[in-house]
Amino acid sequence: MPNETVEQLARREYRWGFTTPIEQDVVDPGLSEDVIRLISAKKGEPAWMIDWRLEAYRRWQKMEEPHHWANVRYPAIDYQAIRYYAAPRQKAKLESLDELDPELRRTYEKLGISLDEQKRLSGVAVDAVFDSVSVATTFKKELEKHGIIFCPFSEALHKAPELVQQYLGSVVPQGDNFFAALNSAVFTDGSFVYVPPGVRCPMELSTYFRINASETGQFERTLIIADRGAYVSYLEGCTAPQRDENQLHAAVVELVALDDAEIKYSTVQNWYPGDAEGRGGIYNFVTKRGKCAGRRSKISWTQVETGSAITWKYPSCILLGDESIGEFYSVALTAKRQQADTGTKMIHIGKGTRSTIISKGISAGRGQNSYRGLVRIQKGADGARNYSQCDSLLIGDECGAHTFPYLEVANSTAQVEHEATTSKIGEDQLFYCQQRGISEEDAVNMIVNGFCKRVLRELPMEFAVEAQKLLGVSLEGAVG
Amino acid sequence: MTRESASERPMLEIRDLRATAKPAGSSAKPAGSSAKPAGSSGGEDTPILKGIDLTIRAGEVHALMGPNGSGKSTLANVLAGKPGYGVTAGKVLFEGRDLTAMTPEERARAGVFLAFQYPVEIPGVSNMYFLKQAANAVRAQRGQDELDAIEFLQLVREKMKLVEIPEALMNRAVNEGFSGGEKKRNEILQMAVLDPRLAVLDETDSGLDIDALRIVASGVNALRAPDRAMLVITHYQRLLEYIVPDRVHVLSGGRIVRSGGKELARELEAKGYAWVAQATEGRAQRAEGERGPSGPEAAA
Repeated sequence: MPNETVEQLARREYRWGFTTPIEQDVVDPGLSEDVIRLISAKKGEPAWMIDWRLEAYRRWQKMEEPHHWANVRYPAIDYQAIRYYAAPRQKAKLESLDELDPELRRTYEKLGISLDEQKRLSGVAVDAVFDSVSVATTFKKELEKHGIIFCPFSEALHKAPELVQQYLGSVVPQGDNFFAALNSAVFTDGSFVYVPPGVRCPMELSTYFRINASETGQFERTLIIADRGAYVSYLEGCTAPQRDENQLHAAVVELVALDDAEIKYSTVQNWYPGDAEGRGGIYNFVTKRGKCAGRRSKISWTQVETGSAITWKYPSCILLGDESIGEFYSVALTAKRQQADTGTKMIHIGKGTRSTIISKGISAGRGQNSYRGLVRIQKGADGARNYSQCDSLLIGDECGAHTFPYLEVANSTAQVEHEATTSKIGEDQLFYCQQRGISEEDAVNMIVNGFCKRVLRELPMEFAVEAQKLLGVSLEGAVG
Repeated sequence: MTRESASERPMLEIRDLRATAKPAGSSAKPAGSSAKPAGSSGGEDTPILKGIDLTIRAGEVHALMGPNGSGKSTLANVLAGKPGYGVTAGKVLFEGRDLTAMTPEERARAGVFLAFQYPVEIPGVSNMYFLKQAANAVRAQRGQDELDAIEFLQLVREKMKLVEIPEALMNRAVNEGFSGGEKKRNEILQMAVLDPRLAVLDETDSGLDIDALRIVASGVNALRAPDRAMLVITHYQRLLEYIVPDRVHVLSGGRIVRSGGKELARELEAKGYAWVAQATEGRAQRAEGERGPSGPEAAA
């Protein structure tokens, strides 16, 4: 590839990099038991919740940041320099969506997220999380008719305290890993979903995460429970302003599927990736895990990761119920100086459990992209099956792609297949398209979308279109 | 002389074209750009074309023959603007415009089509979608409206008959898992849909059995038109039994060493390339003597 690559990437614009001027309620930077008590008090949490947080904090203090195994490089994070709470100042309790601060409404409109229920976009209910708090949730009433709870996490603590207490930390325990422990101590908001037995959620549920405040970390917590025979499809999207310093986003997502339930969880992650020299950008250190607790339950993760300076996440499935199914479909794109170490864990415990992993890594500019995946078949998982396919696509010659598959099989009746390929967008492919009149940029988009097709088709329709556009934007100028 | 000469203006006019190929593996600019990469790694550029003169008029079909390594494919690639080649001297005019100053996609949109010797696979991109993108890119350049899905389907179905392409092939990824014959038929289908002014067919007969050859040739013949010129590149005379050329040129050592009517192809088949090569060598040596020493003769 010609040498313009880097210069052109530098010129690439991040279109979501604006900030919203809004009066804020923030706490001073720094982390201590007092700060945690303060966050908990602001949310009016019950005593058990405060204790749970403090226990997580005490565990976290004894843990070490995982710097040795992930294939990412970054300077040590000063956890005392981060603000752990920032919220737009608004009326304590909104009676209706009409009372939402117009500035916030405009922000989400600029991001293409309508909080106006009248402009119902092909049936998507939205929970809008702005820095540390949820500012709006649409279609709550309509969902309630079906017995579905869809609300900010902090509200769930009051609305469905038993469910929260029963399931919080049941998939990702407080001390699971360094960032999960930190999240457990300081998490602010996120979404809570409960779908009752036999109910098929009539619309897509989605959460849109927006980081706005500076020097602030975002630590959201999402918990989704699909009761017996229930079905829900959940989407999450994220953006952040363009800033020269790095910001930490350490989320935890827990999914629980009971007998015959199905959860489809889709992510289009577009945090600010930093500039061409690697200045700024979000550190996206996220723990996502689903538990197929019931028989014949199914959890499916689909992610399109185009943003963040560093992405560190491994959406996983614990296949506990017999004949349960786990799926992981991923597109991870690293351009500029972005780094991604992402993949999944499929833990087969139940009999006849099945899992599928399709990972597509795209590296451009000076991006470094690693797939890291574990398939573990435990002793009792008779007849378990896994199929993994990990493909890497390189654009230019200053980027890198790495694959780290781990396989642990303790049952001789299991079948495990792994396929991996690495290819480069060839000059031959580009020239072939150009010779047919297609511009180089359109050709790259076409080749990349073709490469990702298997994953993109798992996304709900509107999201798939969004994701395709995003891949195009993220690769603008990646070849010259 | 005005009106007559305007219609007589050549579709393609090549004068003393000299071109080099960059060593394999080095990154490269399109052949059109004049900038020579400074200090390109891994060795010297190799001169391949050493003074080509060729004129093709609208409605004509010219055949370009020659032994392996004579520069046939290089000429095709230079015309299409493939990266990895450098034009060092001479000119290439397409309908009076300097082709070497245009990007590959500009050339394609202006009406230059290359049927590839080795059509490229594009996984995950359907053949139909690819062709539609191409057709609309070319149409936009000509000021024609974009075709919607239904109009496009009608156009493609009609053209598919020319080369007997089944519908199933259109829904598969571009060239992925296609047989040799299917790939070449697909190239001719693309040509039919894109409706070029100048079509360069690079060894379209290679790897085809006799039935496939017949289908491809009849597709090409159906596309012969008064306002279209074709340059058919082939190693063997066999293809020219089906696509009968107006002129035949023999390329050897980077130069056209002989031109004639269609009978030249038969003569070549009978006497072999050694015959022209011998005739060439004397001429080439004389030419080198006049110009002074040049780079290695090795031609890729």
